[in-house]
Amino acid sequence: MAALSTELQEITDKLWGRSRLLIALLIMAFALILAKAIGVLPEWLNRIPEAAIPPTAQVLDAIFNFIQNELGIIYVTRFIAEGPLEFLLDTSGNLLEGKRRWPYLGPIPWSAIAVVAVVVGYALGGWRLAALGGGTFIWTAVIGQWKMAMQTMSVIVVSAPLAFLMGLTLGVAAWKYRWFERMMKPILSVLQTLPFFTYLLPAVIFFKVGPTAGAVATITFAIPPMILMTTLGLKKVSPEVIEAGHMSGCTRWQMLSHVYVPAARTEILVGVNQVIMLCLAMVVLTAFIGMPGLGAKLLAMMGSFKLGRSFEIGVTIVLLAVMLDRMSKAWVVKQPVHFERGTPWWKRHQVSLIALVLFIGFTLLSQVFPILAEVGRKQHLSQGKEIDVVIKSFLAIDAIKGTTEWLRWFLNVKVLIPFRNTLLAIPTPAFILLVVSFSYWVGGRRPGIYAAVFFTVVAFSGWWDRSVITLYTVISAVALAAIIGIPLGVVAARSSRWSKSILLACDTAQTFPSFIYLIPAIMLFGVNDVAVVFSILIFAAVPLIRYTIIGLSSVPPEMTEAADMSGSTRRQKLMSVQFPLALPTMAVGFNQAIMFSFFMVIIAAFIGTQDLGQELQRTLAGTELGKNFVLGLNVSLMALTFDMAISSWAEQRKKRLGLD
Amino acid sequence: MRASTPVISARNVWKLFGPSPERYLKSLSAIRSFDEIRADGYIAGVKDVSIRVDRGEMLVIMGLSGSGKSTLVRCFSRLHSITGGTIEVDGQDIMKLSERDLIELRRNKMGMVFQSFGLLPHRTVLENVAFPLEMRGQDCPERRERALEVIKLVGLDGREDYFPRELSGGQQQRVGIARSLAIEPDIWFLDEPFSALDPLIRREMQDEFLRLQEMLGKTIVFITHDFDEALRLADRIVIMRDGSVEQCDSPDQIVMKPATEYVAKFTEDIDKARVVHANVLTKPVNGHVLEGAPINGGSTIHELARVLVNDNRILLPVANDKGVVTGVLERNAALNVLLGAE
Repeated sequence: MAALSTELQEITDKLWGRSRLLIALLIMAFALILAKAIGVLPEWLNRIPEAAIPPTAQVLDAIFNFIQNELGIIYVTRFIAEGPLEFLLDTSGNLLEGKRRWPYLGPIPWSAIAVVAVVVGYALGGWRLAALGGGTFIWTAVIGQWKMAMQTMSVIVVSAPLAFLMGLTLGVAAWKYRWFERMMKPILSVLQTLPFFTYLLPAVIFFKVGPTAGAVATITFAIPPMILMTTLGLKKVSPEVIEAGHMSGCTRWQMLSHVYVPAARTEILVGVNQVIMLCLAMVVLTAFIGMPGLGAKLLAMMGSFKLGRSFEIGVTIVLLAVMLDRMSKAWVVKQPVHFERGTPWWKRHQVSLIALVLFIGFTLLSQVFPILAEVGRKQHLSQGKEIDVVIKSFLAIDAIKGTTEWLRWFLNVKVLIPFRNTLLAIPTPAFILLVVSFSYWVGGRRPGIYAAVFFTVVAFSGWWDRSVITLYTVISAVALAAIIGIPLGVVAARSSRWSKSILLACDTAQTFPSFIYLIPAIMLFGVNDVAVVFSILIFAAVPLIRYTIIGLSSVPPEMTEAADMSGSTRRQKLMSVQFPLALPTMAVGFNQAIMFSFFMVIIAAFIGTQDLGQELQRTLAGTELGKNFVLGLNVSLMALTFDMAISSWAEQRKKRLGLD
Repeated sequence: MRASTPVISARNVWKLFGPSPERYLKSLSAIRSFDEIRADGYIAGVKDVSIRVDRGEMLVIMGLSGSGKSTLVRCFSRLHSITGGTIEVDGQDIMKLSERDLIELRRNKMGMVFQSFGLLPHRTVLENVAFPLEMRGQDCPERRERALEVIKLVGLDGREDYFPRELSGGQQQRVGIARSLAIEPDIWFLDEPFSALDPLIRREMQDEFLRLQEMLGKTIVFITHDFDEALRLADRIVIMRDGSVEQCDSPDQIVMKPATEYVAKFTEDIDKARVVHANVLTKPVNGHVLEGAPINGGSTIHELARVLVNDNRILLPVANDKGVVTGVLERNAALNVLLGAE
């Protein structure tokens, strides 16, 4: 009893200490705001004066210059770019889109690729995947986007395997050497929150413009999850399998190649799936550094407001994404099945043989019927203009137009602009104090300290106002997404049929390259702040809905049954049983929504924003590597602040509830 | 059966888990209990254990979960490195072996069966069984032939091309057994091989295991938490608790003369008559007058129940397998065992 009461005492002391500090922080913040409101705040406390801002960008530029020219790294990277990497890209380019390079064989007829996709799809997941595989390629060819799609694919088929190999190697190293893992962890979390524009510029500078830079940026972008999945998989290998390996007398190398890696097959293949999806997402975005392909075309079409063609390209990208995702996932769950003894070899390799025969057959056929080799300019069935007319006339219907215009007006004038102005009016130190108290309140001491450090760095980067605007966009979008997404998730979670189909829709939506989300936003709202927020909103709503459903449906049935038997109404059950238990999981979704928003807000720079993304996009045209890095890091640091606070809350909460 | 040099001889073996176990072990002067050690931040997996395993014997290590039995066996095969003491396998101190020699030892002398089978999921039955042979570099046709031989031995012929997940639990463990036998090991470690199986299959596998043992005559270290299983299989039983040995004896002795209260608790619910053999209760003849037909000393009291109840002699002569009288059995003492009276 005595021990218990002292423990209680300690807890209350801690809580009291915590809330005291919190109150102190908040009082300081509000004092600063008040001082500004009545006009007594000195200017140096409102914004950090220009003179006090260190020339970080210039220093970084000097460092990069040193690395680039003095150390001669650029010769190495250029050699890689012009040597092996370009060779691989030229080869895949020749085979897929008919670039005039070695081996001078391509382009492979579209029908031959489509038919192989059908066979592979069938082997992996039956007729549905076969139809998806064949359908995607037929659509792409018939709609007249084959060449663009293959430009995109030719980069993916080179980047994905390279990213896989590098990720696997680094993952094994991180698993083997603890110091390496400890070193990689912070780098990986920064890499995963770094805006993609920051990947692009170094790639351009070190690896030339065009496909090589695109491939390098893509590879860099896709490696982190592969590393994480590899390490995770290797750690999860059952101890008995490892001991069985040791007892069979494996050497170290045999252990790795014969025991660990094959036993971690599932996680490694999940990593492959993620690598493929990230490669696709990134390749589309490399349009910003002039990579030809689907992304570039989409960018051009959206830029000139050709909605019909944008829509068609969007469909192609989505189909490719869904196909690649489903096929690689089917590969993950596909387990080997034995053959009866005495099965002849041609039956054992039936699938490969059929694919080979059909491939050769269609290649030959396309020599006779050129339409099977290439769908010409005049032959394709693109309905770009017609769809354009349909979309525009649909949007011009009074009811629709009225609604979107009212929404635009309401959000802009009543919500977004006032909110933005409020945030911009807060003095810098007060803003930092508010963020710190949020992090401290939610996550505890460590996240609080990190928030203080990170936001101070942002304040001294010289891009404070633009950072605040970025943050404002993220907060508004996530708040709106939560208002829409959480109730939707709650309603869907009531029936298992609904939650299943909505989860499927969310999973599918998550495979779309983020770029796609700009299309409906621009269609509905044109080019303005509301469109930006809207595109982020739909992107961020997906994880919110998803994790709300997962959280609610993973509440142990005996607890909901206990609530039912205690005579609680549906509402009581939701509020006092399901929500408290689902909250840690929902927090993960909330966190993901914020991370996605930070990612999307940068892409939305394309629509036209005044935040960090806009500046970042501008740096792409030049060689201001230092500035690019500073901007990128600002985004990353803000994202990390929230990531730390929320995930630490979710973890503590889970531990306290005794979940997993 | 027992040769003079033990196959495995462990002397004062310690295995501590914690931040710096070697240093801590050196600092231990007085005897400290398991809980005291835990209070110091260390877990005593194995605590000052000395055991010998003789050639051809089946030693069963029995204990509840967390008693250190699995740890001890992993020390024998050096899957764990011990903190203190010595372990000799065939007279060789295994802690002094180089990595190369250790691998050689495992490739040629040791086989191990695991509780959850430890099969490689990406390999067929045949490839799993041939795995240790592949690791030591035997060529394909040779290892295939040997693997098929062992697969047949465990009664899985016809399933060579199946993958582990296509088999039932019992069948998977047969694969595990076959794999451990593929290299013809001298020493066979079995770590709760049948605990993951349901009771009927377990019984069947135990019979199968006894059949194999009769055929192969290996030196066996068998781990179980099931006292009945231990009694059924063992030549000698080691009972462990909190990392140390409570008693190491033959099943009869453990049942008849439990060394500690802890052991006594285990034996309480056991039908002693089914465990105890007549020759354990046998006393020297010492001039007693023997009359009538002798009973077989190798039978359990339970098997002799009918004779014991119906006979009216006070002393029964006991004979060995060859029919030579070795001593006498007090009928009353035997009846006490049979009726569970002390």
